[in-house]
Amino acid sequence: MTLRIVLGVWMVAVIVLGISLPMVDNPQHWYELPLIPALGERARIMFFHVPTAWLSVLAFVSSMIYGIKYLRKKNPDDDIKSASAAGLGFIFCVLATVTGALWAKFSWGTYWNWDPRQTSIFVLLLIYGAYFALRSAIDVEEKRATLAAVYSIIAAVVMPFFMFIMPRILESLHPSPILSVSKEQGSMAPNMRVLFFASLAGFTGLYYWMWNLHVRASRLEFHRSMKAGG
Amino acid sequence: MPRTEQPLSTWVQSTLAIFRKDLKSELRTRYAISALIMFVITTIAIILFSLGSESAPADALSGMLWVVVFFASMSGLSRTFVTEEERGTAMTLQLMATPSAVLFGKLLFNLVLTLGLNVMTVILYSAFINGFVVRTYSIFVITIGLGSIGLAAAATIIAAIIARANTKGTLYPVLSFPILLPLLLTVINATRLSTEGAFLEEAYGEFQILVSYIVVVVAVSYLLFDYIWKD
Amino acid sequence: MHNLELHVTKLKKTFNRRVIFRDISFTICSGQTLLITGRNGSGKSTLVKIISNILTPTEGTVEFVSPSGPCPVLPQSLIGMVSPYLQLYEEFSARENLQLALAIRGMVPNESAIDSLLERLSLRARMDDHVQTFSSGMKQRAKLAMAMIHQPPILILDEPMSNLDEDGIRSVREIMAQHKTNGLLVVATNDLTDLDSFDIQVDLNAPH
Repeated sequence: MTLRIVLGVWMVAVIVLGISLPMVDNPQHWYELPLIPALGERARIMFFHVPTAWLSVLAFVSSMIYGIKYLRKKNPDDDIKSASAAGLGFIFCVLATVTGALWAKFSWGTYWNWDPRQTSIFVLLLIYGAYFALRSAIDVEEKRATLAAVYSIIAAVVMPFFMFIMPRILESLHPSPILSVSKEQGSMAPNMRVLFFASLAGFTGLYYWMWNLHVRASRLEFHRSMKAGG
Repeated sequence: MPRTEQPLSTWVQSTLAIFRKDLKSELRTRYAISALIMFVITTIAIILFSLGSESAPADALSGMLWVVVFFASMSGLSRTFVTEEERGTAMTLQLMATPSAVLFGKLLFNLVLTLGLNVMTVILYSAFINGFVVRTYSIFVITIGLGSIGLAAAATIIAAIIARANTKGTLYPVLSFPILLPLLLTVINATRLSTEGAFLEEAYGEFQILVSYIVVVVAVSYLLFDYIWKD
Repeated sequence: MHNLELHVTKLKKTFNRRVIFRDISFTICSGQTLLITGRNGSGKSTLVKIISNILTPTEGTVEFVSPSGPCPVLPQSLIGMVSPYLQLYEEFSARENLQLALAIRGMVPNESAIDSLLERLSLRARMDDHVQTFSSGMKQRAKLAMAMIHQPPILILDEPMSNLDEDGIRSVREIMAQHKTNGLLVVATNDLTDLDSFDIQVDLNAPH
């Protein structure tokens, strides 16, 4: 109960501050955020875009870990946790891709650029899509859980290759768009950083809360159908 | 799940027996081979017609070659597992052979199929698509070789997965694409280098990636295959 | 292989949240016959698949034990099985199927052994024809050949008499009798006239 309230208040605060704190050239007070030349007001999207991208990766890793647990113990509860994580991860991945495209439009003029980050989040989206397509194509629960876990492991193992490949492709295909500095967190003013990490923490808490809720609901449904069927 | 051991020589014999069975079966029925050949010919013809008398930039042509290869693989490489399920012989195979022998036997089969298919595709493509000229043959040949192995490896494990699912046909490209993407990006880049006349050393990075991809995919396939194959 | 024992301990199988059976335990030795009975849908075939290593149980173990400890030979070589859902490779001939059965287990294809087995099952005349062209009775006999060619110590027969005429049934009885002298026989059926005798019965109709 308390978590829900704390989380609600926290997120409202983060959102309100993120949207309304004034952005000025020379911040004098703690409530003034520095103005980034090329972006202006649109920089605010960073408070919301980066956490969603972070969560879509966290959720995927979480889903894979519970998948591995399922493969070892065959406990249906682990599969419930794995699928719930993937479901939320998918939603956040969609949000990250969309907000990322908006950011790209602001920074470089086009919605899609095939730069490393955009491509990576897109591939993650494809993997989520494939994961759910696989799940929906199997009727037998034990098989569905097993194959979904196997696929997520294969995908996770192959993903790191992108980190090595993208730089090579990029320098050869076309001149990379001037990556705006604000995409890196290196040069963020202290108060911006505070707000940013507060947003990150808030979103992570939100994810955990939603995941927990989804798992509990799925468990209830599972036990109900066990009583009915067995 | 207990890992069953058997002497290496028995395992090799078993793997080769499965490979030969698939090969014999395919040569006898010729389902996959004829469909694949027609697929490649048709796709290259379509590309030819859409290009007309124009020529496309070398980048695009390198990419398109691998598009043809990818979709041809999607047409043919799942057969080895799917037919076992469809004809009801999957259980017979489970009874008679150890899982790893099945994996590597079918991997070997898919490898032969992929190499044959790719060589044919490359020959047709180079012959008919103007503007696609290979300048550094060493890079090109190594790329086709490593690319085929990597393709066969990834396609085989995904085929094993979808053979247990319902909507096998449409599911296969959907699951394969994210897994094959690193491979595809790398081979397209290497192919482009070969058309630009780059030195062999310039492609070493690509070759390293390809070899590590193959090792990783084969290792993961071996570790996870029991879970896929055994009910 | 002499004195082989099959230990089954507290076997349980659930499928899509439904319990098929639970608490199945028994031990049989070489020279003994196990009979598995149960109406359709009671899990006969599921139990057979678990014993033959095709299916993994939800709980419990299946162990093959020799006098010197756990059996070192793989289940694939220990077991020969006939059942309605185990199909042959129809694009191959009977002879090729048997060659495959041996080669896959790492054994040398013994042409004379193949010849005599097919002769015994009255299939020698058609041994080089594709199994696709066989009648259902012939297919059943070919399945029997597949189960026996590698001389397994354990023979598992699920509905062995299906599709067979009088001659075929007689052949199967002979085979069962001969196997019982030295090996483990497992028969799953609802027709008790299939068997002359049995040592242990597992009845899946009984409430679990």
